[in-house]
Amino acid sequence: MLTMNRNEALTATGVGHEFRDRNGRTVRALDGIDFSLTRGDFFSVIGPSGCGKSTLLEIIAGLVAPTEGRVTFEDRPVNGTVPDGIGVVFQEDASFPWLTVWENVAFGLRRARVDAGEIERRVAYALRFMGLTEFAKAHPAQLSGGMRQRVCIARTLVQQPRLILLDEPFAALDQQTRLVMGDELLRLWRESGATVILITHSLDEAAMLSDRIGVMSGRPGRFIETLVTGHPRDRDSRILGDARCAELTAAMWSHLRDESLRAVEPASR
Amino acid sequence: MNAVAWTRLAVIAAFVALVEALCRFGIIKPITLIAPSAMVASLVHLLGQADVRADLLFTLVNVVVTVAISIAGGFAIGVLLHRFTRARRVVSPLLAASYAVPMFVFYPLMIVLFGLGRWSLIAIGVMLGIIGMIVNTIDGLDRIPRVYTKMAAMQRMSPLATTFLVVLPAATPHLVTGVKLAVTYSITGVIAGEFILSVAGLGRHIALAYNDLDNTAMYGLLLLLLLVTTLVNVSIHAWEQRMHRVWGRA
Repeated sequence: MLTMNRNEALTATGVGHEFRDRNGRTVRALDGIDFSLTRGDFFSVIGPSGCGKSTLLEIIAGLVAPTEGRVTFEDRPVNGTVPDGIGVVFQEDASFPWLTVWENVAFGLRRARVDAGEIERRVAYALRFMGLTEFAKAHPAQLSGGMRQRVCIARTLVQQPRLILLDEPFAALDQQTRLVMGDELLRLWRESGATVILITHSLDEAAMLSDRIGVMSGRPGRFIETLVTGHPRDRDSRILGDARCAELTAAMWSHLRDESLRAVEPASR
Repeated sequence: MNAVAWTRLAVIAAFVALVEALCRFGIIKPITLIAPSAMVASLVHLLGQADVRADLLFTLVNVVVTVAISIAGGFAIGVLLHRFTRARRVVSPLLAASYAVPMFVFYPLMIVLFGLGRWSLIAIGVMLGIIGMIVNTIDGLDRIPRVYTKMAAMQRMSPLATTFLVVLPAATPHLVTGVKLAVTYSITGVIAGEFILSVAGLGRHIALAYNDLDNTAMYGLLLLLLLVTTLVNVSIHAWEQRMHRVWGRA
Protein backbone atom coordinates (compact mmCIF):
# COMPACT_ATOMS: atom_id res chain seq x y z
CA MET A 1 0.00 0.00 0.00
CA LEU A 2 1.35 3.38 -0.97
CA THR A 3 1.65 6.01 1.70
CA MET A 4 0.49 9.42 0.48
CA ASN A 5 2.95 12.23 0.88
CA ARG A 6 1.09 15.47 1.69
CA ASN A 7 2.99 17.18 -1.13
CA GLU A 8 2.38 14.42 -3.63
CA ALA A 9 0.13 15.61 -6.46
CA LEU A 10 0.06 12.65 -8.80
CA THR A 11 1.14 9.03 -8.64
CA ALA A 12 1.13 6.45 -11.41
CA THR A 13 1.77 2.88 -10.35
CA GLY A 14 2.29 0.05 -12.84
CA VAL A 15 0.18 1.76 -15.46
CA GLY A 16 -0.23 -0.26 -18.65
CA HIS A 17 -2.68 0.09 -21.48
CA GLU A 18 -3.83 -2.11 -24.35
CA PHE A 19 -6.32 -1.40 -27.10
CA ARG A 20 -7.61 -3.09 -30.22
CA ASP A 21 -6.60 -1.57 -33.54
CA ARG A 22 -8.83 -1.39 -36.65
CA ASN A 23 -7.86 -4.92 -37.62
CA GLY A 24 -8.88 -6.26 -34.22
CA ARG A 25 -5.28 -6.86 -33.12
CA THR A 26 -4.36 -6.09 -29.53
CA VAL A 27 -1.83 -3.27 -29.31
CA ARG A 28 0.12 -2.70 -26.11
CA ALA A 29 0.55 1.08 -25.86
CA LEU A 30 1.99 1.49 -22.37
CA ASP A 31 3.81 -0.84 -20.03
CA GLY A 32 4.76 -0.49 -16.38
CA ILE A 33 4.61 3.28 -16.04
CA ASP A 34 5.65 4.36 -12.53
CA PHE A 35 6.21 7.93 -11.44
CA SER A 36 5.06 10.47 -8.92
CA LEU A 37 5.00 14.25 -8.90
CA THR A 38 5.07 16.64 -6.00
CA ARG A 39 2.95 19.79 -6.06
CA GLY A 40 4.41 22.48 -8.27
CA ASP A 41 6.57 20.10 -10.32
CA PHE A 42 7.11 20.76 -14.00
CA PHE A 43 7.49 17.35 -15.59
CA SER A 44 7.99 16.81 -19.31
CA VAL A 45 7.47 13.53 -21.14
CA ILE A 46 9.42 12.94 -24.30
CA GLY A 47 9.56 9.90 -26.55
CA PRO A 48 9.42 8.66 -30.13
CA SER A 49 6.24 9.01 -32.21
CA GLY A 50 3.55 6.50 -31.26
CA CYS A 51 5.14 5.58 -27.92
CA GLY A 52 1.93 6.28 -26.01
CA LYS A 53 2.66 9.77 -24.63
CA SER A 54 -0.79 11.09 -25.46
CA THR A 55 -2.42 7.89 -24.18
CA LEU A 56 -0.61 8.38 -20.88
CA LEU A 57 -1.89 11.95 -20.70
CA GLU A 58 -5.46 10.84 -21.42
CA ILE A 59 -5.19 8.22 -18.67
CA ILE A 60 -3.96 10.86 -16.20
CA ALA A 61 -6.79 13.21 -17.29
CA GLY A 62 -9.36 10.47 -16.72
CA LEU A 63 -10.43 10.41 -20.36
CA VAL A 64 -9.24 6.80 -20.73
CA ALA A 65 -9.14 4.06 -18.09
CA PRO A 66 -5.84 2.14 -17.92
CA THR A 67 -6.06 -1.59 -18.47
CA GLU A 68 -3.42 -2.12 -15.76
CA GLY A 69 -2.19 -0.22 -12.74
CA ARG A 70 -3.60 2.87 -11.13
CA VAL A 71 -3.29 6.63 -11.15
CA THR A 72 -4.10 8.77 -8.15
CA PHE A 73 -4.50 12.54 -8.13
CA GLU A 74 -4.33 14.12 -4.69
CA ASP A 75 -4.83 10.67 -3.18
CA ARG A 76 -8.02 10.01 -5.16
CA PRO A 77 -8.02 7.33 -7.85
CA VAL A 78 -8.38 8.41 -11.47
CA ASN A 79 -9.93 5.58 -13.37
CA GLY A 80 -11.60 6.81 -16.53
CA THR A 81 -13.44 9.65 -14.80
CA VAL A 82 -12.24 13.23 -15.05
CA PRO A 83 -11.39 14.48 -11.54
CA ASP A 84 -11.91 18.02 -10.31
CA GLY A 85 -8.78 20.17 -10.48
CA ILE A 86 -7.25 18.89 -13.73
CA GLY A 87 -7.04 21.04 -16.86
CA VAL A 88 -5.84 19.96 -20.28
CA VAL A 89 -4.48 21.91 -23.24
CA PHE A 90 -4.56 19.77 -26.35
CA GLN A 91 -2.27 19.80 -29.36
CA GLU A 92 -5.13 20.58 -31.72
CA ASP A 93 -6.89 23.93 -31.72
CA ALA A 94 -9.74 23.29 -29.28
CA SER A 95 -11.15 26.82 -29.29
CA PHE A 96 -14.81 26.81 -30.29
CA PRO A 97 -15.15 28.86 -33.51
CA TRP A 98 -18.78 29.79 -32.83
CA LEU A 99 -17.89 31.57 -29.56
CA THR A 100 -15.94 34.77 -29.00
CA VAL A 101 -12.63 34.68 -27.15
CA TRP A 102 -14.39 35.84 -23.97
CA GLU A 103 -17.09 33.19 -24.31
CA ASN A 104 -14.49 30.50 -25.00
CA VAL A 105 -12.56 31.37 -21.86
CA ALA A 106 -15.73 31.58 -19.76
CA PHE A 107 -17.17 28.33 -21.16
CA GLY A 108 -16.09 26.01 -18.34
CA LEU A 109 -16.98 28.47 -15.59
CA ARG A 110 -20.47 28.97 -17.00
CA ARG A 111 -20.89 25.20 -17.16
CA ALA A 112 -19.85 24.99 -13.52
CA ARG A 113 -22.45 27.69 -12.68
CA VAL A 114 -19.85 29.99 -11.15
CA ASP A 115 -21.23 33.34 -10.01
CA ALA A 116 -21.38 35.91 -12.87
CA GLY A 117 -19.20 38.45 -11.06
CA GLU A 118 -16.58 35.81 -10.35
CA ILE A 119 -16.64 34.74 -14.02
CA GLU A 120 -16.06 38.35 -15.08
CA ARG A 121 -13.15 38.70 -12.68
CA ARG A 122 -11.46 35.41 -13.56
CA VAL A 123 -11.90 35.77 -17.33
CA ALA A 124 -10.59 39.34 -17.24
CA TYR A 125 -7.52 38.14 -15.32
CA ALA A 126 -6.92 35.19 -17.68
CA LEU A 127 -7.28 37.38 -20.77
CA ARG A 128 -4.93 39.97 -19.31
CA PHE A 129 -2.44 37.26 -18.31
CA MET A 130 -2.41 35.80 -21.82
CA GLY A 131 -2.38 39.21 -23.55
CA LEU A 132 -5.82 38.71 -25.08
CA THR A 133 -7.81 41.52 -23.47
CA GLU A 134 -8.19 43.54 -26.66
CA PHE A 135 -9.34 40.43 -28.54
CA ALA A 136 -12.09 39.50 -26.07
CA LYS A 137 -14.86 40.12 -28.61
CA ALA A 138 -13.05 38.52 -31.54
CA HIS A 139 -13.82 35.05 -32.83
CA PRO A 140 -10.97 32.48 -32.99
CA ALA A 141 -10.95 32.66 -36.80
CA GLN A 142 -9.71 36.24 -36.50
CA LEU A 143 -6.66 35.17 -34.48
CA SER A 144 -3.35 33.56 -35.38
CA GLY A 145 -2.59 29.93 -34.44
CA GLY A 146 -0.49 31.07 -31.47
CA MET A 147 -3.24 33.34 -30.16
CA ARG A 148 -5.84 30.60 -30.52
CA GLN A 149 -3.62 28.33 -28.44
CA ARG A 150 -3.41 31.13 -25.87
CA VAL A 151 -7.23 31.15 -25.77
CA CYS A 152 -7.13 27.42 -24.98
CA ILE A 153 -4.53 27.97 -22.25
CA ALA A 154 -6.62 30.84 -20.83
CA ARG A 155 -9.69 28.57 -20.82
CA THR A 156 -7.73 26.05 -18.75
CA LEU A 157 -6.10 28.68 -16.54
CA VAL A 158 -9.41 30.34 -15.67
CA GLN A 159 -10.59 27.16 -13.94
CA GLN A 160 -7.60 27.32 -11.62
CA PRO A 161 -6.52 23.69 -12.09
CA ARG A 162 -4.04 22.21 -9.65
CA LEU A 163 -2.69 19.90 -12.36
CA ILE A 164 -2.23 21.19 -15.90
CA LEU A 165 -1.73 18.64 -18.66
CA LEU A 166 -0.32 19.90 -21.93
CA ASP A 167 -0.37 17.59 -24.94
CA GLU A 168 2.14 19.08 -27.39
CA PRO A 169 0.34 22.43 -27.15
CA PHE A 170 2.86 24.30 -29.30
CA ALA A 171 3.40 21.63 -31.95
CA ALA A 172 1.65 23.60 -34.69
CA LEU A 173 3.52 26.85 -33.99
CA ASP A 174 6.73 28.23 -35.48
CA GLN A 175 9.95 28.11 -33.41
CA GLN A 176 9.89 31.76 -32.31
CA THR A 177 6.26 31.61 -31.21
CA ARG A 178 7.00 28.36 -29.38
CA LEU A 179 9.73 30.07 -27.36
CA VAL A 180 7.45 33.00 -26.52
CA MET A 181 4.66 30.59 -25.53
CA GLY A 182 7.17 28.64 -23.47
CA ASP A 183 8.00 31.80 -21.52
CA GLU A 184 4.30 32.44 -20.94
CA LEU A 185 3.85 28.87 -19.79
CA LEU A 186 6.69 29.21 -17.28
CA ARG A 187 5.14 32.45 -16.00
CA LEU A 188 1.75 30.74 -15.65
CA TRP A 189 3.36 27.80 -13.84
CA ARG A 190 5.19 30.05 -11.37
CA GLU A 191 2.21 32.28 -10.64
CA SER A 192 -0.40 29.53 -10.38
CA GLY A 193 1.72 27.10 -8.39
CA ALA A 194 0.12 24.29 -10.36
CA THR A 195 1.78 20.99 -11.19
CA VAL A 196 2.45 20.72 -14.93
CA ILE A 197 2.90 17.69 -17.18
CA LEU A 198 4.05 18.59 -20.67
CA ILE A 199 3.97 16.05 -23.48
CA THR A 200 6.35 17.17 -26.20
CA HIS A 201 8.47 15.87 -29.05
CA SER A 202 10.77 18.90 -28.87
CA LEU A 203 14.02 18.21 -27.00
CA ASP A 204 14.72 21.96 -26.64
CA GLU A 205 11.29 22.59 -25.17
CA ALA A 206 11.68 19.80 -22.63
CA ALA A 207 15.22 20.95 -21.70
CA MET A 208 14.17 24.57 -21.26
CA LEU A 209 10.85 24.21 -19.44
CA SER A 210 11.13 21.24 -17.11
CA ASP A 211 12.26 20.39 -13.62
CA ARG A 212 12.32 16.73 -14.61
CA ILE A 213 12.12 14.98 -17.96
CA GLY A 214 10.78 11.46 -18.41
CA VAL A 215 12.24 9.80 -21.51
CA MET A 216 9.97 7.09 -22.93
CA SER A 217 10.85 4.05 -25.02
CA GLY A 218 9.14 3.13 -28.25
CA ARG A 219 5.86 1.16 -28.06
CA PRO A 220 4.98 -0.18 -25.58
CA GLY A 221 5.97 3.07 -23.91
CA ARG A 222 7.75 2.95 -20.56
CA PHE A 223 10.14 5.35 -18.87
CA ILE A 224 13.75 4.43 -19.71
CA GLU A 225 15.30 7.45 -17.99
CA THR A 226 14.31 10.40 -15.84
CA LEU A 227 16.53 13.46 -16.07
CA VAL A 228 16.64 16.17 -13.42
CA THR A 229 17.37 19.54 -15.04
CA GLY A 230 18.44 21.45 -11.93
CA HIS A 231 17.11 24.72 -13.42
CA PRO A 232 16.15 27.57 -11.09
CA ARG A 233 12.39 28.08 -10.73
CA ASP A 234 12.68 31.62 -12.06
CA ARG A 235 13.75 30.92 -15.64
CA ASP A 236 12.80 31.78 -19.20
CA SER A 237 13.71 30.85 -22.76
CA ARG A 238 17.14 32.52 -22.52
CA ILE A 239 18.20 29.46 -20.53
CA LEU A 240 18.41 27.65 -23.88
CA GLY A 241 21.86 29.23 -24.35
CA ASP A 242 23.20 27.56 -21.19
CA ALA A 243 25.54 24.60 -21.43
CA ARG A 244 23.19 22.63 -19.13
CA CYS A 245 20.43 22.72 -21.77
CA ALA A 246 22.83 21.41 -24.40
CA GLU A 247 23.86 18.60 -21.99
CA LEU A 248 20.23 17.70 -21.35
CA THR A 249 19.39 17.70 -25.05
CA ALA A 250 22.37 15.43 -25.76
CA ALA A 251 21.40 13.10 -22.91
CA MET A 252 17.80 12.87 -24.16
CA TRP A 253 18.92 12.20 -27.72
CA SER A 254 21.36 9.50 -26.64
CA HIS A 255 18.39 7.62 -25.18
CA LEU A 256 15.96 8.49 -27.91
CA ARG A 257 18.03 7.92 -31.03
CA ASP A 258 17.79 4.12 -31.03
CA GLU A 259 14.18 4.24 -29.90
CA SER A 260 13.26 6.70 -32.66
CA LEU A 261 15.04 4.62 -35.30
CA ARG A 262 13.22 1.54 -34.06
CA ALA A 263 9.90 3.42 -34.25
CA VAL A 264 10.36 4.47 -37.88
CA GLU A 265 11.93 1.21 -39.13
CA PRO A 266 8.72 -0.70 -39.97
CA ALA A 267 7.44 2.27 -41.99
CA SER A 268 10.63 2.56 -44.05
CA ARG A 269 10.66 -1.11 -45.05
CA MET B 1 -22.88 45.75 -50.66
CA ASN B 2 -19.50 45.13 -52.24
CA ALA B 3 -18.42 45.71 -55.86
CA VAL B 4 -19.25 42.12 -56.87
CA ALA B 5 -22.80 42.41 -55.53
CA TRP B 6 -23.30 45.74 -57.32
CA THR B 7 -21.99 44.21 -60.55
CA ARG B 8 -24.32 41.24 -60.15
CA LEU B 9 -27.26 43.60 -59.61
CA ALA B 10 -26.25 45.63 -62.66
CA VAL B 11 -26.11 42.46 -64.83
CA ILE B 12 -29.60 41.44 -63.70
CA ALA B 13 -30.96 44.96 -64.28
CA ALA B 14 -29.38 45.07 -67.75
CA PHE B 15 -30.87 41.67 -68.60
CA VAL B 16 -34.36 42.75 -67.44
CA ALA B 17 -34.04 46.01 -69.42
CA LEU B 18 -33.00 44.03 -72.51
CA VAL B 19 -35.96 41.64 -72.20
CA GLU B 20 -38.28 44.63 -71.64
CA ALA B 21 -37.00 46.29 -74.82
CA LEU B 22 -37.20 43.09 -76.87
CA CYS B 23 -40.81 42.56 -75.76
CA ARG B 24 -41.86 46.19 -76.18
CA PHE B 25 -40.43 46.37 -79.71
CA GLY B 26 -42.19 43.13 -80.68
CA ILE B 27 -39.00 41.15 -81.25
CA ILE B 28 -40.26 38.67 -78.64
CA LYS B 29 -43.97 37.95 -79.21
CA PRO B 30 -46.40 38.11 -76.23
CA ILE B 31 -47.37 34.47 -76.94
CA THR B 32 -43.77 33.57 -75.96
CA LEU B 33 -42.96 36.05 -73.22
CA ILE B 34 -44.54 39.18 -71.82
CA ALA B 35 -42.53 42.27 -70.81
CA PRO B 36 -41.19 42.28 -67.21
CA SER B 37 -43.20 45.44 -66.46
CA ALA B 38 -46.35 43.59 -67.61
CA MET B 39 -45.42 40.70 -65.31
CA VAL B 40 -45.25 43.11 -62.36
CA ALA B 41 -48.62 44.64 -63.29
CA SER B 42 -50.10 41.13 -63.62
CA LEU B 43 -48.67 40.14 -60.24
CA VAL B 44 -50.21 43.16 -58.53
CA HIS B 45 -53.55 42.41 -60.20
CA LEU B 46 -53.42 38.71 -59.25
CA LEU B 47 -52.60 39.43 -55.61
CA GLY B 48 -55.88 41.32 -55.44
CA GLN B 49 -57.80 38.13 -56.28
CA ALA B 50 -59.04 35.98 -53.40
CA ASP B 51 -58.53 32.65 -55.24
CA VAL B 52 -54.85 33.49 -55.94
CA ARG B 53 -54.29 34.46 -52.33
CA ALA B 54 -55.90 31.18 -51.23
CA ASP B 55 -53.64 29.22 -53.60
CA LEU B 56 -50.60 31.14 -52.34
CA LEU B 57 -51.52 30.31 -48.74
CA PHE B 58 -52.11 26.64 -49.65
CA THR B 59 -48.65 26.44 -51.25
CA LEU B 60 -46.90 28.31 -48.43
CA VAL B 61 -48.41 26.00 -45.79
CA ASN B 62 -47.36 22.96 -47.85
CA VAL B 63 -43.84 24.30 -48.21
CA VAL B 64 -43.50 25.18 -44.51
CA VAL B 65 -44.73 21.73 -43.41
CA THR B 66 -42.51 20.00 -46.00
CA VAL B 67 -39.43 21.98 -44.99
CA ALA B 68 -40.10 21.34 -41.29
CA ILE B 69 -40.47 17.57 -41.81
CA SER B 70 -37.45 17.43 -44.14
CA ILE B 71 -35.20 19.29 -41.72
CA ALA B 72 -36.36 17.64 -38.49
CA GLY B 73 -36.67 14.17 -40.04
CA GLY B 74 -33.41 14.46 -41.98
CA PHE B 75 -31.58 15.60 -38.88
CA ALA B 76 -33.01 12.79 -36.72
CA ILE B 77 -32.26 10.11 -39.32
CA GLY B 78 -28.77 11.56 -39.88
CA VAL B 79 -28.03 11.44 -36.14
CA LEU B 80 -29.27 7.84 -35.89
CA LEU B 81 -27.29 6.71 -38.94
CA HIS B 82 -24.19 8.44 -37.55
CA ARG B 83 -24.70 6.66 -34.23
CA PHE B 84 -25.37 3.19 -35.67
CA THR B 85 -22.48 2.43 -38.01
CA ARG B 86 -23.90 -0.83 -39.36
CA ALA B 87 -27.18 0.80 -40.37
CA ARG B 88 -25.20 3.60 -41.97
CA ARG B 89 -23.17 1.14 -44.04
CA VAL B 90 -26.43 -0.36 -45.29
CA VAL B 91 -28.18 2.93 -46.04
CA SER B 92 -25.32 5.11 -47.35
CA PRO B 93 -25.20 3.60 -50.88
CA LEU B 94 -28.99 3.95 -51.12
CA LEU B 95 -28.77 7.62 -50.15
CA ALA B 96 -26.07 8.21 -52.74
CA ALA B 97 -28.10 6.39 -55.40
CA SER B 98 -31.28 8.30 -54.54
CA TYR B 99 -29.90 11.43 -56.23
CA ALA B 100 -30.16 9.58 -59.55
CA VAL B 101 -33.80 8.55 -59.00
CA PRO B 102 -36.42 10.88 -60.57
CA MET B 103 -38.58 11.07 -57.44
CA PHE B 104 -41.58 12.45 -59.34
CA VAL B 105 -42.27 8.99 -60.74
CA PHE B 106 -43.49 8.18 -57.22
CA TYR B 107 -46.00 11.03 -57.23
CA PRO B 108 -48.86 8.86 -58.56
CA LEU B 109 -48.09 6.41 -55.78
CA MET B 110 -48.23 9.25 -53.23
CA ILE B 111 -51.66 10.26 -54.60
CA VAL B 112 -52.85 6.65 -54.18
CA LEU B 113 -51.48 6.57 -50.63
CA PHE B 114 -52.44 10.06 -49.42
CA GLY B 115 -55.13 11.22 -51.82
CA LEU B 116 -55.27 14.21 -54.13
CA GLY B 117 -54.59 16.83 -51.50
CA ARG B 118 -52.00 18.46 -49.35
CA TRP B 119 -50.34 15.31 -47.97
CA SER B 120 -49.34 13.75 -51.29
CA LEU B 121 -47.61 17.06 -52.17
CA ILE B 122 -45.89 17.18 -48.81
CA ALA B 123 -44.82 13.54 -49.20
CA ILE B 124 -43.17 14.10 -52.57
CA GLY B 125 -41.55 17.32 -51.26
CA VAL B 126 -40.16 15.47 -48.23
CA MET B 127 -38.84 12.66 -50.44
CA LEU B 128 -36.84 15.26 -52.35
CA GLY B 129 -35.86 17.49 -49.45
CA ILE B 130 -34.90 15.02 -46.75
CA ILE B 131 -31.93 13.37 -48.52
CA GLY B 132 -29.70 16.45 -48.49
CA MET B 133 -30.44 17.02 -44.82
CA ILE B 134 -29.58 13.41 -43.89
CA VAL B 135 -26.34 13.43 -45.89
CA ASN B 136 -25.20 16.80 -44.53
CA THR B 137 -26.08 15.87 -40.94
CA ILE B 138 -23.93 12.73 -41.17
CA ASP B 139 -21.18 14.72 -42.85
CA GLY B 140 -21.33 17.46 -40.20
CA LEU B 141 -21.19 14.99 -37.32
CA ASP B 142 -18.30 13.14 -38.99
CA ARG B 143 -16.27 16.33 -39.23
CA ILE B 144 -16.52 17.46 -35.63
CA PRO B 145 -12.93 17.53 -34.35
CA ARG B 146 -12.47 14.87 -31.65
CA VAL B 147 -10.73 17.45 -29.51
CA TYR B 148 -14.09 19.23 -29.00
CA THR B 149 -15.66 16.17 -27.40
CA LYS B 150 -12.51 15.59 -25.34
CA MET B 151 -12.80 19.21 -24.23
CA ALA B 152 -16.42 18.60 -23.24
CA ALA B 153 -15.38 15.48 -21.31
CA MET B 154 -12.76 17.54 -19.44
CA GLN B 155 -15.56 19.94 -18.45
CA ARG B 156 -17.44 16.87 -17.18
CA MET B 157 -20.41 17.70 -19.38
CA SER B 158 -23.33 15.27 -19.65
CA PRO B 159 -24.03 13.64 -23.04
CA LEU B 160 -27.05 15.93 -23.45
CA ALA B 161 -25.07 19.08 -22.66
CA THR B 162 -22.27 17.90 -24.96
CA THR B 163 -24.78 17.40 -27.77
CA PHE B 164 -26.44 20.80 -27.43
CA LEU B 165 -23.49 22.96 -26.42
CA VAL B 166 -20.68 21.39 -28.43
CA VAL B 167 -21.74 18.83 -31.05
CA LEU B 168 -24.63 20.76 -32.61
CA PRO B 169 -22.84 24.13 -32.82
CA ALA B 170 -19.76 22.39 -34.22
CA ALA B 171 -21.83 20.70 -36.93
CA THR B 172 -23.76 23.86 -37.81
CA PRO B 173 -21.99 24.80 -41.08
CA HIS B 174 -22.92 21.41 -42.55
CA LEU B 175 -26.40 21.53 -41.07
CA VAL B 176 -26.98 24.91 -42.74
CA THR B 177 -25.99 23.41 -46.08
CA GLY B 178 -28.49 20.61 -45.38
CA VAL B 179 -31.17 23.17 -44.51
CA LYS B 180 -30.49 25.05 -47.74
CA LEU B 181 -30.84 21.88 -49.80
CA ALA B 182 -33.93 20.79 -47.86
CA VAL B 183 -35.64 24.14 -48.45
CA THR B 184 -34.75 24.27 -52.15
CA TYR B 185 -35.80 20.70 -52.92
CA SER B 186 -38.92 20.92 -50.76
CA ILE B 187 -40.13 24.00 -52.63
CA THR B 188 -39.36 22.31 -55.96
CA GLY B 189 -41.21 19.14 -54.91
CA VAL B 190 -44.33 20.93 -53.71
CA ILE B 191 -44.64 23.34 -56.66
CA ALA B 192 -43.89 20.67 -59.26
CA GLY B 193 -46.38 18.31 -57.60
CA GLU B 194 -49.04 21.02 -57.72
CA PHE B 195 -48.15 21.65 -61.35
CA ILE B 196 -48.59 17.96 -62.29
CA LEU B 197 -51.81 17.25 -60.42
CA SER B 198 -53.41 19.02 -57.48
CA VAL B 199 -56.67 20.48 -56.23
CA ALA B 200 -55.09 23.82 -55.28
CA GLY B 201 -51.85 25.76 -55.01
CA LEU B 202 -49.72 28.16 -57.01
CA GLY B 203 -48.34 25.34 -59.16
CA ARG B 204 -51.87 24.32 -60.14
CA HIS B 205 -52.80 27.94 -60.87
CA ILE B 206 -49.75 28.26 -63.16
CA ALA B 207 -50.64 24.97 -64.91
CA LEU B 208 -54.21 26.18 -65.51
CA ALA B 209 -52.98 29.51 -66.93
CA TYR B 210 -50.55 27.60 -69.15
CA ASN B 211 -53.33 25.33 -70.46
CA ASP B 212 -55.53 28.39 -71.14
CA LEU B 213 -52.66 30.15 -72.98
CA ASP B 214 -53.11 32.96 -70.41
CA ASN B 215 -49.50 34.18 -70.53
CA THR B 216 -50.24 37.32 -68.51
CA ALA B 217 -51.48 35.34 -65.51
CA MET B 218 -48.86 32.60 -65.95
CA TYR B 219 -45.91 35.00 -66.00
CA GLY B 220 -47.36 37.06 -63.15
CA LEU B 221 -47.53 33.91 -61.02
CA LEU B 222 -44.08 32.78 -62.13
CA LEU B 223 -42.73 36.16 -61.05
CA LEU B 224 -44.39 35.73 -57.65
CA LEU B 225 -42.84 32.29 -57.31
CA LEU B 226 -39.45 33.61 -58.37
CA LEU B 227 -39.60 36.46 -55.83
CA VAL B 228 -40.62 34.18 -52.94
CA THR B 229 -37.95 31.51 -53.66
CA THR B 230 -35.27 34.16 -54.24
CA LEU B 231 -36.13 35.86 -50.95
CA VAL B 232 -35.92 32.53 -49.08
CA ASN B 233 -32.64 31.53 -50.73
CA VAL B 234 -31.03 34.94 -50.27
CA SER B 235 -31.95 34.86 -46.55
CA ILE B 236 -30.42 31.40 -46.07
CA HIS B 237 -27.37 32.38 -48.11
CA ALA B 238 -26.86 35.52 -45.99
CA TRP B 239 -27.12 33.40 -42.81
CA GLU B 240 -24.63 30.88 -44.23
CA GLN B 241 -22.19 33.60 -45.32
CA ARG B 242 -22.32 35.32 -41.96
CA MET B 243 -21.58 32.05 -40.20
CA HIS B 244 -18.72 31.21 -42.53
CA ARG B 245 -17.25 34.65 -41.86
CA VAL B 246 -17.39 34.05 -38.11
CA TRP B 247 -15.88 30.58 -38.52
CA GLY B 248 -13.20 31.86 -40.89
CA ARG B 249 -14.34 29.61 -43.71
CA ALA B 250 -15.33 32.33 -46.19
